[in-house]
Amino acid sequence: MRLAFSKSVFLSCAIVAGGLLAGCTGPASQSAAVKSDTAVVAKAGAEPDAQGTPKHLRALTQEQYLNTLAYVFGPDVQIEPHFPPSQRTDGLLALGTSRNGVSSAQLELYQKAAVGVAQLVTNPSRRKFLLTCKPASDTAADAACASTFFTRVGRLIHRRPLTPAELSEYVDEAGKSANQLHDFYKGLAVSIEAMLISPDVLFVLETSERDPAKAGGERLDAFSFATRLSLFLWNAAPDDELLRAAEKGDLQNPKGRLTQVNRMLASPRLEKGVRAFFDDMFAFDAFAALSKDAVAYPAFTGVTAADAREETLRVVVDQLITKQADYRDLFTTRETFISPRLAAIYKLPAPPAWTRYTFPDDSPRAGILTHVSFLATHAHPVRSSPTMRGKALRELLLCQPVPPPPPNVDFSALENPTSPFKTTRDRVNFHLKNPVCAGCHRITDPMGLALENFDGVGGFRDSEKGQQIDASGSFDGKPFTGAVGLGKALHGNPALTACLVKRAYSYGSGSAATNDDKPLLDYYDGRFGAESYKLPSLLRTIAMSGAFARVAVPKAQAAGDAATPAATKVHE
Amino acid sequence: MNELTRRRVLRGMLNGSAVTVGLPLLDCFLNGNGNALADGTPMPIRFGTWFWGQGHSKNVFVPKQAGQHYELPEELQSLKDIKQHINVLTNLTAYRDTAFFCHYTGWVVARTGIAPQTGALPLAESIDTTIANQLGRTTRYKTLSVTATGDVRDIISYESPTTPNAPEFSPVNFYTRMFGPDFQDPNAPTFSPSPTVMVRKSALSGVMDKIKGLETKVGAADKVRLDQYFTGLRHLENQFDQQLTKPEPRPACVMPAAMKDMDTGSDSTLVAQRHAMMTDLLAMAVACDQTRIFNMVYSYGFSNTTKAGYDKPHHTCTHEEPKDDKLGYQPNASWFVRRAMESWAHYVKAFAAIKEGDGTLLDNCLIMANSDVSEARVHSIEEMAAFTAGKMGGKFKTGLHIPCGGAKITNLGLTALQSFGFDMKTWGQKSNETDKTVSELLV
Repeated sequence: MRLAFSKSVFLSCAIVAGGLLAGCTGPASQSAAVKSDTAVVAKAGAEPDAQGTPKHLRALTQEQYLNTLAYVFGPDVQIEPHFPPSQRTDGLLALGTSRNGVSSAQLELYQKAAVGVAQLVTNPSRRKFLLTCKPASDTAADAACASTFFTRVGRLIHRRPLTPAELSEYVDEAGKSANQLHDFYKGLAVSIEAMLISPDVLFVLETSERDPAKAGGERLDAFSFATRLSLFLWNAAPDDELLRAAEKGDLQNPKGRLTQVNRMLASPRLEKGVRAFFDDMFAFDAFAALSKDAVAYPAFTGVTAADAREETLRVVVDQLITKQADYRDLFTTRETFISPRLAAIYKLPAPPAWTRYTFPDDSPRAGILTHVSFLATHAHPVRSSPTMRGKALRELLLCQPVPPPPPNVDFSALENPTSPFKTTRDRVNFHLKNPVCAGCHRITDPMGLALENFDGVGGFRDSEKGQQIDASGSFDGKPFTGAVGLGKALHGNPALTACLVKRAYSYGSGSAATNDDKPLLDYYDGRFGAESYKLPSLLRTIAMSGAFARVAVPKAQAAGDAATPAATKVHE
Repeated sequence: MNELTRRRVLRGMLNGSAVTVGLPLLDCFLNGNGNALADGTPMPIRFGTWFWGQGHSKNVFVPKQAGQHYELPEELQSLKDIKQHINVLTNLTAYRDTAFFCHYTGWVVARTGIAPQTGALPLAESIDTTIANQLGRTTRYKTLSVTATGDVRDIISYESPTTPNAPEFSPVNFYTRMFGPDFQDPNAPTFSPSPTVMVRKSALSGVMDKIKGLETKVGAADKVRLDQYFTGLRHLENQFDQQLTKPEPRPACVMPAAMKDMDTGSDSTLVAQRHAMMTDLLAMAVACDQTRIFNMVYSYGFSNTTKAGYDKPHHTCTHEEPKDDKLGYQPNASWFVRRAMESWAHYVKAFAAIKEGDGTLLDNCLIMANSDVSEARVHSIEEMAAFTAGKMGGKFKTGLHIPCGGAKITNLGLTALQSFGFDMKTWGQKSNETDKTVSELLV
């Protein structure tokens, strides 16, 4: 369903926010941020009048569920719930969480997980830490103690304070069960289980309130905004402090919001959030089923696959959070981390454990495109694939969808026994001779061919079937050689950062960016550039923008939204 | 034979052999004719599906003769032991209507009756869900979906257009879900309902009430999702009820031995092993009446099954391997189809190997098998093939090759639905809508 809005009626919150920010007095670091913000606004302009996004009903992912439990009950309350992933929508799994329903089988998994958590929380070894009170009797109900527990825990799990009626339901149910089972803790566990399968816990229901900045406008209410922000930055429910900020109304004013956003960006929990975002954007869910031919690639195992994913995510965290490097440098940096398994693919001496490593200046490897992760996931089980790699590069990193091949194309000339094609380049170039194929292959192959020095699992090679590999390639008409050249070409292409911006906004807001969002995305990208393409700056810009909290009400908010997903026109 | 010995026999069966095991049928469980339970309740009828990706090679797959006395062509040779249990249906057509999605449109039409508009989601629930909504309410699981590919994303069953049934993909997880601590042996001599489950069920009603409050705050599409959630809660409630009720004895039900997980990977040998392990668990889960509706994916539309020493996975092979002029088909692509047919044979044998009453579990099943295309090389959704297996309690014939003359593939679905008692004159939409059945299948 195409969403249409009257843009003119919305006042940009960013302008309001900017004005208030300029006048706020805060700690030195905030003042510095304000000064810097003024300079950035001068360079990138002010936030345009954007439509915002619809309110969503988002299902918590497994990671969000586990991250939340780890915060509420401690990291040793660990379970393996096996929740199925949502379906990738408009490039992100995160967007599927706003569309997919919960099957009976999935609900059963939620229930099993809830039982596991409740058992761990009420286990005799943990109860003294996790319960701040002791019941009068271990074998009967104790409403006061249960109430203390559910007041604290229920607020964190529900992402808002419980209403008196909700609290009383949990306490009463725990009491009734405790009396029937003659065990206070078992009774408590039954109520914990019920809470953990509650629809308002497993679904994030976004609710709105009148936007005082605009007559007739709506914005997310404080608790919905807190949750959107927390899922965006931490991939978890809000913590106690964020909920307190929501309760006090601080999140609904720019100064208070900035304080919280900066706190969250400075928190170690940002790492999990950033990992989750890039894991989704890079489509690393493919690792769950990645396998390679054991004869062709004996060094590549399931452990290698897991380590390959980890390598790239470590580099992302190190470069973009720890070092606050330019996002584009991800595609040129020589710095990485290697594990013993990866060392076998990289043909390096195996370290005893994960260790930092810098590829030498004359190495053919630079940037994450030369990681095993990217090279192996976008290749066949037995050989490389310039087309798959070029397609992934276009779609995942540049947000440029490549159409599927026509349904009735015969590629068999490639494999004819008398085929003159010796190398992958020969085979791929054959596509260009067929006008039906050439249109798309011209988009993908010249980029993918620059990675031909890497086989189907990312191992380096300089020849194929006795032929010296030609790793020349081009990207939108600019020629270069090899993966290092490709990385530099990407580094200089504006679509690289524009795509990250688009994905980050879609991921955070839960809505695929539409054509109408283009001015907003351009604004984000402009600020991103003005702040040296530092990821935390981009996250801050999005989180502080008016559009991130603004609720867009579709003209025809009616049935059929889920039934006509194709009709949503997506800006790609 | 005591119970321990009986278990041993079944464990032997579950380890791969596929002979009919003559279980001692306890007379007290059955009526005098052996075709119903002692209280007169008929044996339950089940619906199952099986899916393989990448179609077939027409000239070595389609039998030359129609009817009962047909010869199995090369690609179907592995079906010789199950020929009497199955029907081969050929020359069925799916219609794309608007857009076409290679390796997707064909099976979505066969399973939902409607050609998809996007490559992401079907437009209706799948047929197993339709049947499960009627048949699956009395068992522990409304449906079970399993994949041999090891990939949780290989989804073939949908509870609603936006609610996929993610398949079980790990044999160990599947075992634990079926036969782990919550399994109630229907043949156990004693039964005592768990007090914890009783209170759990009571707490569930409070959870259900919350849906009502939420539904007032969301739009129509999200309301559908909440309704789906509510249905799931009802199913959970039903599961609790099951746990609180002494199960009907199931003589064929024997809890299988625990198993080790296996390597991930898509090598055809690994896929076959995974398929066999999960099929055997699935068949026993059905025998134990844990579900009456089940789905198995051997390989998916974009099948990435590999052949040792061959550099192309199945899907790539179908597009890149030349047809052999003398053979008239793609040899390696056909090799992959033959491996799929071996696993189809295993699947049917697993159900046929479990004795139930005076027949077998398979006799009380209708299993429908289909693929995404006919000739994968060109993604054709004309001349598609399908199978059925089982007699559905005597309603279906078996042992036939039925050339369907280009009839709609939805005819098969309508035949199944009507046979399960659905008062449905038509099934499907637009070009795929049908009011015809495959009458040759019916007794």
